[in-house]
Amino acid sequence: MTDTTYQHILILFLGVCGLLLALTLFGAALRARYGRGQDNPVIETYMTRVHSWWTMVLLFVLALMLGRVGVVLLFAFASFSALREFLTLTYKRQADHIALALAFFAVLPLQYLFVGLGWQAVYTVFIPVYAFLLLPVVSALRGDASGFLVRVAETQWGLMITVFCASHVPALLNLGFPDYPADRGLLLIAFLVMVVQFGDLLDFYFGRRLGRTRIVPGLSPKTWEGASLGVASAALIGGALAWLTPFPVWGAMAMAAVASATGQAGNLVIAAIKRDRGVRDWSHLIPGQGGFVDQMDSVMFAAPVFYHLTALAWAS
Amino acid sequence: MGTITRLLRRIAARATGHVLVFIARFITAVRADWRGIEPVPRQRVYFANHVSNADMPMIWAVLPPALRREVRPVAAADYWLKTPLRAFVGPEVFNCVLVDRRPEARSDDPLESILAALREGSSLIIFPEGGRNMGPDPLLPFKAGLYNIGRACPEVDLVPTWIANLTAIMPKGEIIPLPLICTVTFGAPLHVDPGEDKDAFLARASGALAALAPPPPPPAPEQAPA
Repeated sequence: MTDTTYQHILILFLGVCGLLLALTLFGAALRARYGRGQDNPVIETYMTRVHSWWTMVLLFVLALMLGRVGVVLLFAFASFSALREFLTLTYKRQADHIALALAFFAVLPLQYLFVGLGWQAVYTVFIPVYAFLLLPVVSALRGDASGFLVRVAETQWGLMITVFCASHVPALLNLGFPDYPADRGLLLIAFLVMVVQFGDLLDFYFGRRLGRTRIVPGLSPKTWEGASLGVASAALIGGALAWLTPFPVWGAMAMAAVASATGQAGNLVIAAIKRDRGVRDWSHLIPGQGGFVDQMDSVMFAAPVFYHLTALAWAS
Repeated sequence: MGTITRLLRRIAARATGHVLVFIARFITAVRADWRGIEPVPRQRVYFANHVSNADMPMIWAVLPPALRREVRPVAAADYWLKTPLRAFVGPEVFNCVLVDRRPEARSDDPLESILAALREGSSLIIFPEGGRNMGPDPLLPFKAGLYNIGRACPEVDLVPTWIANLTAIMPKGEIIPLPLICTVTFGAPLHVDPGEDKDAFLARASGALAALAPPPPPPAPEQAPA
């Protein structure tokens, strides 16, 4: 890894640490004022979330420091946790057991292996073509046709969103750009994750403050005001972070806006699935935040779109 | 010599317990949903649905360590004494109350050893269906044991405990477990009401346990004609 890339990762890390430190001190001040413990569930939830953010930021930066292997492993682990949450809630029968085991223990590791090796022609079709065609065959061989289409469709949807889409984050390392050293792909990943997550957080903040018009009443509390201000903030943050990317400033702003808008659309889809299954969160694995799918839904939606637009418009 | 051997076995049992909890968490990300009770030290009888041999370790793994030390699973002697390894894991790691399931062969009354454990202050884990449920129904009819315990120890909380997803994680006859999430849900405690007869109480307990089961994922299609 070149020294500039390394330094830029450290600068980002220190910036985010400063922000988290401010949020932690804010929470500590609230605790000092209103008391801690069971009496103030709002403050305690807030602090739990800030602690989870610390863990996620530290893991993410550690992965970036380790380079390609670290990032691929981190997203493979996140995909595994998200797939486990997703398939816990899908319809399945014993006849699907081997197909599901293959999804966890063969399809997922292979997809990340192909991404790690940079075999673009393979990882872009492996799940949408080969897993799509072969896993239903494995289920069909067991001879149980009850609810067959629902079973294979739900499994494939889970694999697409939690493995195929999520793997497009580390896949950004495989794109080459003129005048952009290959290892700066790590910073492009940081750019995508940051603009999408900040867009989500600011959508939540502005939605609480200024939200009036719900986008889909009865499904999600998301409002047009919050969502558009979230996308606009993501564009501004993207412009400020343009030095991480191979894009010019206006390009970084446009890409950040598209990524944030796609991510927020993803929030709505995931909210519809949760509503259908009657759950509030996908799991309990990230304290204060719910599950990996809750945390990553917007990044998973944004990643393939961001990847393809980057490849089409900017890559060499 | 005997003291040192016993001490080593105790240490090995503790270590094995930690390893089993780690494996349960790793494979199934098992978690507790304390819906009707708090995880506080009270004397309780956790009664649970039984579909797999992993049921009891799942409940055991989600209990906080302070509660886990006080809990004794009620288990079948013929299963846990079959091999030296099982005889170590059952009685020493899980601290099981072993009962003989075969009425024709047993010398002492199984209810008596269960009540003795309760009188010592232990909590219990029991499977009132009396065996593993391999059929399509969510629960088999309960045996009388739960009612007899509730009558003999009316002050002990009887806590319905539903273990979800284990059949999907490891269906009978499969070799590879799926890493799906297993949830153990603890419901509100029951007691035998004064004058309540056996069938009425067992029906009430069975209903309280079944009510904790998560709804099946929609749409649940009709069974295909054979």
